[in-house]
Amino acid sequence: MILDIGFETMPREDLEAIILRRLKATINRVYANVPFYRKKFEENHIMPKDIKSLEDLKQIPFTTKADLRDNYPFGMFAVPMDNVVRIHASSGTTGQPTAVGYTARDINTWAELMARALAAGGATRGDIIHNAYGYGLFTGGLGVHYGAEKLGASVIPVSGGNTKRQIIIMKDFGPTILAATPSYTLHLAEVAEEMGVSFHDLKFKFGIFGAEPWSENMRQEIEHKLNITAVDIYGLSEIMGPGVAIECHEAKKGLHIFEDHFIPEIIDPETEEVLPYGETGELVFTTITKEAFPVIRYRTRDITSLNPEPCICGRTHIRMNRVTGRTDDMLIIRGVNVFPSQIESVLMEMDEVEPYYQLVVDREGNLDTLTVLVEVGERLFSDEVKVLQNMERKISNNIKEYLGVSAKVKLVEPKVIARSQGKAVRVIDNRKI
Amino acid sequence: MRAEQISVFLENKAGRLAEVAAILTEADVNIRALALADTSDFGVLRLIVNDNQKAIQALKNRGFTVSKTDVVAVEVEDRPGGLNRILDILHQAGINVEYMYAFVQHSGKNAVMIFKIDAIDEAIKLLQKNNVTVIEGSKVYTM
Repeated sequence: MILDIGFETMPREDLEAIILRRLKATINRVYANVPFYRKKFEENHIMPKDIKSLEDLKQIPFTTKADLRDNYPFGMFAVPMDNVVRIHASSGTTGQPTAVGYTARDINTWAELMARALAAGGATRGDIIHNAYGYGLFTGGLGVHYGAEKLGASVIPVSGGNTKRQIIIMKDFGPTILAATPSYTLHLAEVAEEMGVSFHDLKFKFGIFGAEPWSENMRQEIEHKLNITAVDIYGLSEIMGPGVAIECHEAKKGLHIFEDHFIPEIIDPETEEVLPYGETGELVFTTITKEAFPVIRYRTRDITSLNPEPCICGRTHIRMNRVTGRTDDMLIIRGVNVFPSQIESVLMEMDEVEPYYQLVVDREGNLDTLTVLVEVGERLFSDEVKVLQNMERKISNNIKEYLGVSAKVKLVEPKVIARSQGKAVRVIDNRKI
Repeated sequence: MRAEQISVFLENKAGRLAEVAAILTEADVNIRALALADTSDFGVLRLIVNDNQKAIQALKNRGFTVSKTDVVAVEVEDRPGGLNRILDILHQAGINVEYMYAFVQHSGKNAVMIFKIDAIDEAIKLLQKNNVTVIEGSKVYTM
């Protein structure tokens, strides 16, 4: 179902006129209210009035994650805190976190876009939505929640974890829409099977899956095991949260980006040149309706391509293809973003630990697992096994506490971790996605 | 009256123990006693050898993490109740034994056991007071 026929199926010409008008207003606002942007524009001799067409956006420099960190926590906000009603943050309190803010109108916009997304994925106001995205600083849980309420559906705010209880709730409440990360969904399927519950007896019709990369094969597996239609959803807190782009269940072939709110570009991550439609590169977003936290040409580090072809669903908004990777070393473990540098800073805070470590990511069954290999040097070593085991636990607890991700810590002999050209190989990702 | 034990960190996988043995052979070091404590992932090999310096250097050169630990070598009567008596003495005094293992060689008629104890000096005094023979390090290495 198309929730907002007016905007979602708007002829391109009209849509582009609105995009340009909103872009100009955003540029004016960030120039006036965010010192970071004013400085950047001035350094590049750009004035807001220079932006006369969508083409002119290319003149403006990019914004990066590093810029957000430099202005942490609230330096990039374009409104006074009086007008901010919500704050979300990226995972991690050590390393370099980022915080984002929302005005009441931003929250409303987000809810509307998320409602559009749910509708595109098959939901209607008569549905019961089982929302297994995590609630908290992470945008997934609350994003889907507000969208579900805006749509008028019934939402079960079950959040992540406590899997057996989730299965019981599914049996008892009969939800018809599942919102979760794809890997957790497959875990749910496994646990259901162990409990003797068949998804074929449950009432699910559609599932909306995202927050981590997944493949066509996983889609088929989920659709088969859960007896549902599965669609891909995309979002990131820096832009808004979930609901930046969504696949329509009619085509299931690329995610429609809500262009009346976000301008996408694909760039070559090396040369930073804008690439034509169809070519694969780094996805860049400019928000054009956000009040509290507008971003101009934000480099997402996600690798994909754009498809401007008309879609059978009737939406005129451009589609992005599945995200196939990252241009940086960020890992997504069970929906949580993890940078190796964050693990490193947790380790470095512990005096006993030497700077030799390696992250191994696997997919066991259907759940991602993170193993941190830590070399045992003289400072960490003890002749008593329990001291070493306590150290493993302590490292694991610290990682959980700071990054919100469960990791198994494994002590290894020195020099086990391969060093290439004097620099350690930090990440081994064995997942076949 | 303390003796020195060397401890080696090993990953719990095939061939690690053999490698340590090979390195010590190459260095002409004789193993006098040993014990391995392990988990599913790693192990700690504890060794009493005839030449600590040589053993440590050889193992470190090959990339092993090695440490020295003070332990006590005690003569234990080779008859029922021999070990019990010693443990009793320590237990009565509230002294905790972290771990222990047996020595290959006898000392006269008695067996020899290695004890890792936190309150090591107190334990040595106490044992001697109770007429238990504590063997000096230098003697242990060449027994």
